[in-house]
Amino acid sequence: MIQALSGQLLLGLINGSFYALLSLGLAIIFGLLDVVNFAHGAQYMLGAFLAWMGLQYLGIGYWWALLLSPLVVGATGLVVERVFLRRLQGLDNLYGLLLTFGLALVIEGLFHHAFGNSGSPYPVPELLRGGFDLGFMYLPKYRAWVVVVSLGISLGSWFVIEKTPIGAYLRAGTENPRLLQAFGVNVPVMFMLTYGFGVALAGFAGVMAAPIYQVTPMMGSSLIMVVFAVVVIGGMGSILGSIVTGIGVGLVEGFTKFLWPEAANVVVFVLMAVVLLVRPAGLFGRQK
Amino acid sequence: MMNRIAFAAALLIAAGTAAADSKVSDDVVKIGVLTDMTGYYSDLSGPGSLEAAKMAAEDFGGKVLGKPIVIIGADHQLKADVASTVARKWFDEEKVDAIADLVSSSTALAVMPVAAEKKRITLLSGPGTTAITGDKCTPYNFHWTYNNWALANGTGREVVKQGGNTWYFITADYVFGKSLEEDTAAMVKAGGGKVLGFSRHPSPGTTDFSSYLLQAQASGAKIIGLANAGADTINAIKQANEFGITKKQNLAGLLVFISDINSLGLETAKGMYLTTAFYWDRDDASRAWSKRFFAKMKKEPTMVQAGVYSAVTHYLKAIQAAGTDNSDAVAAKMREMPVNDFFATNGRIGPDGLHRHDMYLVQVKTPAESKYPWDYYKIAKVIPAAEAFPPVSDKCPLVKK
Repeated sequence: MIQALSGQLLLGLINGSFYALLSLGLAIIFGLLDVVNFAHGAQYMLGAFLAWMGLQYLGIGYWWALLLSPLVVGATGLVVERVFLRRLQGLDNLYGLLLTFGLALVIEGLFHHAFGNSGSPYPVPELLRGGFDLGFMYLPKYRAWVVVVSLGISLGSWFVIEKTPIGAYLRAGTENPRLLQAFGVNVPVMFMLTYGFGVALAGFAGVMAAPIYQVTPMMGSSLIMVVFAVVVIGGMGSILGSIVTGIGVGLVEGFTKFLWPEAANVVVFVLMAVVLLVRPAGLFGRQK
Repeated sequence: MMNRIAFAAALLIAAGTAAADSKVSDDVVKIGVLTDMTGYYSDLSGPGSLEAAKMAAEDFGGKVLGKPIVIIGADHQLKADVASTVARKWFDEEKVDAIADLVSSSTALAVMPVAAEKKRITLLSGPGTTAITGDKCTPYNFHWTYNNWALANGTGREVVKQGGNTWYFITADYVFGKSLEEDTAAMVKAGGGKVLGFSRHPSPGTTDFSSYLLQAQASGAKIIGLANAGADTINAIKQANEFGITKKQNLAGLLVFISDINSLGLETAKGMYLTTAFYWDRDDASRAWSKRFFAKMKKEPTMVQAGVYSAVTHYLKAIQAAGTDNSDAVAAKMREMPVNDFFATNGRIGPDGLHRHDMYLVQVKTPAESKYPWDYYKIAKVIPAAEAFPPVSDKCPLVKK
């Protein structure tokens, strides 16, 4: 019983760190640009697909994909920001939501048309095959890698934004872009790069996910709802909130899968409803 | 001007009388392929099913009783309400005589009563629930390719016979999954096996199966039965490999299509048992047909797609034999004539509308055993029609005498 439970909690931690990585990008984009990025799931899928295409057509392996794929996805993010999102600045953020939602449908539709729906497998890299026998469960090396990298990237991003001068500019830009511009900072470019970075994080998560899940055009749409719930529970735009909540939600979900599997995908939303009732701005959000 | 109108009117009247004389309603035999064109099941049915129906019409010569055969298609988006709306429109406005495929049981169960009310034929290939030829049966419906009972029987019974006598189920938490689990559990128990437990996962929406797999592993069951379909099955199999579960326990996919195996790859799927109604590489006839299908679709056909061809062909033959496309006469002929083609040998249709034919228990090859593209299955056992499908259901009101 205890054995089984610790196994489930460890799995929860693995999934949770993955949620944290995905929701982090969303939180950064919302926190700094006030854009609800509904294309996040599609951009995550794009990351996984680029990794797969790289391997399939160009022979680019996992490690290069881990670097290149987020860069390419991030670059598409720059284009989206420059061409579309910038025009919506100052408008109600509902417009950004609709735009990115539409983009997600278009991207997923194109990939569906080109690659069908069953998807393709992506092999676990040689170095990370096999696993550790922990006594209470078998932990595949790759999953351990996912936890370490996700937490590393999440905490690194948090540190950069909260504790460094670059982060200070970013935060200042959100509070008062005009004033920051007056200090000689090119705010539009900064916003563009921020969106690119958030999107690149989604692409990165996609490459991380490719060996675990089947690479399919719809892989993002099944995950994005939970990730949005994580961001809402954590407090829209709170970076630390999204990291802590991501892990927390993973654990709660793991616990539920053990006790009452049928409720596993509802529990996140119940949690969200409860949190919103008690703290409308989310666990780590600031009341405006 | 007046002349022209008179001429047109004369033509119309002539056409009208011709139609009345003809044995084919509206002077056309129109078959609609209503299926999932873009969603979860679009690779195993979808555009491939539509192409299969078109091939059937072409191979028949494009005409039956001297009237053209027209094939049209539509996407039901896996939604029962969309399916029944399209069906109504097709019957009322577009002169459709028969609807084929209807993948996913909920859409099939929604369209069947509409078709029965309008006296039109339904040729089901994709859906699986046994209710179709049980308490929901209609006189105009034909369930062609497989049903849940046949899958449970094929995989459940045979795997127990081969020593897999303890089972744990990972089940999609909706009607289809639960009925598949129950049918299979009954077979396992009937064969002297034991069911040690089950986990029911939300579907769609579950991508991580590791916690269910861990519970299955802890149960110590020899066989982990996957009572789910499509993306769920694929992810579950992939992650079972990842967690090293397949080293000590075996998976049994209860509804697995060749498109799933293709997308998983043999390295991951090897050794798995599954039941299928059709394998493209079974004999010369199946290879010859599949080669033509491959030329158009760039992939080998699934059992659902091959089943659509077979069902449409049988329907056209029945029209020919009956000398009319009147649904009552055609349905009677379809039940009367045996089915012999590349898909089914000695197939017979019961009064409940279930097409009983041989099924195949197959094992997925290892990468070393596979010699050419799509060389995926070893046929472990041919399950003869009489054993492969359930006896005529007394739940079906048509059967009561």
